[in-house]
Amino acid sequence: MEQPAIRIEALGKRYRLGSGVSDTPLLSERLQHAMLAPWRLARRRHTASTPASHLTVGHHLDRELWALRGVSLEIARGEAVGLIGPNGAGKSTLLKLLSRITLPTEGRIVLRGRVATLLEVGTGFHPELSGRENIFVNGAILGMRRREIEASFEEIVEFSGVERFIDTPVKRYSSGMYVRLAFAVAAFLQPEILLVDEVLAVGDAEFQRRCLGKMREVSEGGRTVVFVSHNLAAVQRLCSRVFVIDKGQVIAEGAPAAAVTAYLDRAGPGHETGSRTIGDDAERFEGSGLARLRKVVMSDASGQPTSSVRLGQRFRVTLTYETFEQIDEAVIELGISTPDGQRFATVQNIDRGDAPLRLARGLHEIAVELDIALLPGEYAFEVAMHTADGVTAEYIYRALRFTALNVPSEGHSSYPWPVVRGYVRPEATWSEARTVRSDAAAVAHG
Amino acid sequence: MDSAAPRVIEAPSGFSLPSLHELWDHRDLLYFLARREVSVRYKQSVIGVFWAILQPLLLAVVFSVFFGRLAKVPSEPGVPYAPFAVSGMVLWLFFAGAMTGAAESTVANEKLISKVYFPRVIIPLAAVCPPLIDFCMAFCVVVIAILVYGIVPPIQIFLMPVLLLLALTTATGLGLWLSALNVRYRDVHHAIPFVILVGLFVSPITYPFHLVPHALRPIYAINPLVGVLETYRWMLFPTAGWPGVIIVIPIVASVLLLVSGAAYFQRCESSFADII
Repeated sequence: MEQPAIRIEALGKRYRLGSGVSDTPLLSERLQHAMLAPWRLARRRHTASTPASHLTVGHHLDRELWALRGVSLEIARGEAVGLIGPNGAGKSTLLKLLSRITLPTEGRIVLRGRVATLLEVGTGFHPELSGRENIFVNGAILGMRRREIEASFEEIVEFSGVERFIDTPVKRYSSGMYVRLAFAVAAFLQPEILLVDEVLAVGDAEFQRRCLGKMREVSEGGRTVVFVSHNLAAVQRLCSRVFVIDKGQVIAEGAPAAAVTAYLDRAGPGHETGSRTIGDDAERFEGSGLARLRKVVMSDASGQPTSSVRLGQRFRVTLTYETFEQIDEAVIELGISTPDGQRFATVQNIDRGDAPLRLARGLHEIAVELDIALLPGEYAFEVAMHTADGVTAEYIYRALRFTALNVPSEGHSSYPWPVVRGYVRPEATWSEARTVRSDAAAVAHG
Repeated sequence: MDSAAPRVIEAPSGFSLPSLHELWDHRDLLYFLARREVSVRYKQSVIGVFWAILQPLLLAVVFSVFFGRLAKVPSEPGVPYAPFAVSGMVLWLFFAGAMTGAAESTVANEKLISKVYFPRVIIPLAAVCPPLIDFCMAFCVVVIAILVYGIVPPIQIFLMPVLLLLALTTATGLGLWLSALNVRYRDVHHAIPFVILVGLFVSPITYPFHLVPHALRPIYAINPLVGVLETYRWMLFPTAGWPGVIIVIPIVASVLLLVSGAAYFQRCESSFADII
């Protein structure tokens, strides 16, 4: 049997937090501490009768944090694996351990193959150096040999599209050119194991598309890719297997759709009532933190909360937001997504040219009525608030789950087939069927 | 490609030296990082690399005027004060530059350390290269200056690379210690200029060794730079004598500093990314 490209055994990484004496940042303090030690010892003996004395005499207790603990997994050669989980779950720590940037506290990792790490693009780029010089430095930092860089130099430059400025210091580049050049170098890495962290968070849609394309190319070329991202859709498109990490442990593993569902389900129980009060512990992307969603209610035409809609039935979603500061231009976004996190519909309160909301500090309620005929299935609302400058205040992946029933409503009949394809039945007007050519007579004669 | 042998990543244990094999594997990175240091150094400066020559020259002029003329500090017998001072200054600036560069390098390259893995020791090693190149240029000026004063250096000047290696090893060893300490204790950054200043006075740079009283010499010569500078002058000036037994001190010290510095650096290296 072929050995796995990556094997992780009972891996753990502990960080010390706070200001224990052991990591006092100033050498002078450390020396002072050492010089006072005999005196301290004497005093400790002197006061040994008081039980708590040893805690008060410069002996701070270190607070420890296990960023990762008891993680065991195997990744086969040629697999593209995604790591997902909430912020601070330990995904990035795992990637740093795999790439040897930091060493584990316990357990071990066995890697088979040459590893390249992409935690950001353009590591080691120096603004004063030309594009040409930076390609070489950056390539070498990413683990390429000089002759490898020389061999692919022309291609790198061409791929980056900055030929004309290749001898200009990169500080004169636009941010787009900078990222393109940096990514071009990374794209020509030939590792057997590629570790990628959130590189896709930077750059425009075009850049992200190229980036994903390149990563797919790498994994299809039989090499192993480990990809950490918050972009659930990208993870699903790219990966063949996904691990869900939470609180330093692997809590789920499997096919992308199942793992993403498990990740999103982790956020809360099923919401059978059609109403959900959202606590501070809810799964959310904390943006600027100006506001928090407190309650989501889905209701039918009569205003009755419901967790299910019939096919073609209009429904209403009421959102309650708490704002912590006055927000002058708030944009509220409601999305509908599948259980595995694929968003397929989005409405915002500015869609019809309305001005963004002005919200004073306090609690606000806003409702939206939707006319969308959802095909039978499980769905969820994603709710976000942004400010008009494009900064996200808060984003909740799965604010409320609901079911679209295969029950007809006025003007709609039910979906006739057992397998449901698609999510939405758009408004459609069919014409009368017109015969373009009739073969009926010919058949009769034959 | 070294795909055959599996690589095991485990918790760090005990003392070890940096793997020479791994260093060799990353030689291209060392080259490019060193080249980056060199080319960034004089970018956007008007006279560029001439700083490497100008700095020691100006310092030597200042010392010649104040020490040589006004304070009447003597020189090596048979050598005018100006070439004596400029030669010492060039070597000292190399030593101080290499040590400071290495010491500051880890913190300066924080981004690299926290974003990608390579043997960290490459960073201080790359940092000693620019002062080395500066020295080579400035040394040519020193030789010219000596010739201008009508002094012909003796044949042993061709041993200069050996001496340079000795100075480099010492500076690198100290630099490794300081660069590892600097990650953990940022006050190293404040201590370095002070150390450099003291070093300038406790080494025979602006005054000759023979000015030091006989009784003090054993203590004075513990400073490895004393042996290095005396040998350096023996290579430059025909009238300067062979330094004798004190040459042993820098040889022993440089090896000790390099090995212990590398071991200490290696021990700290694994936690760099966690605390930097």
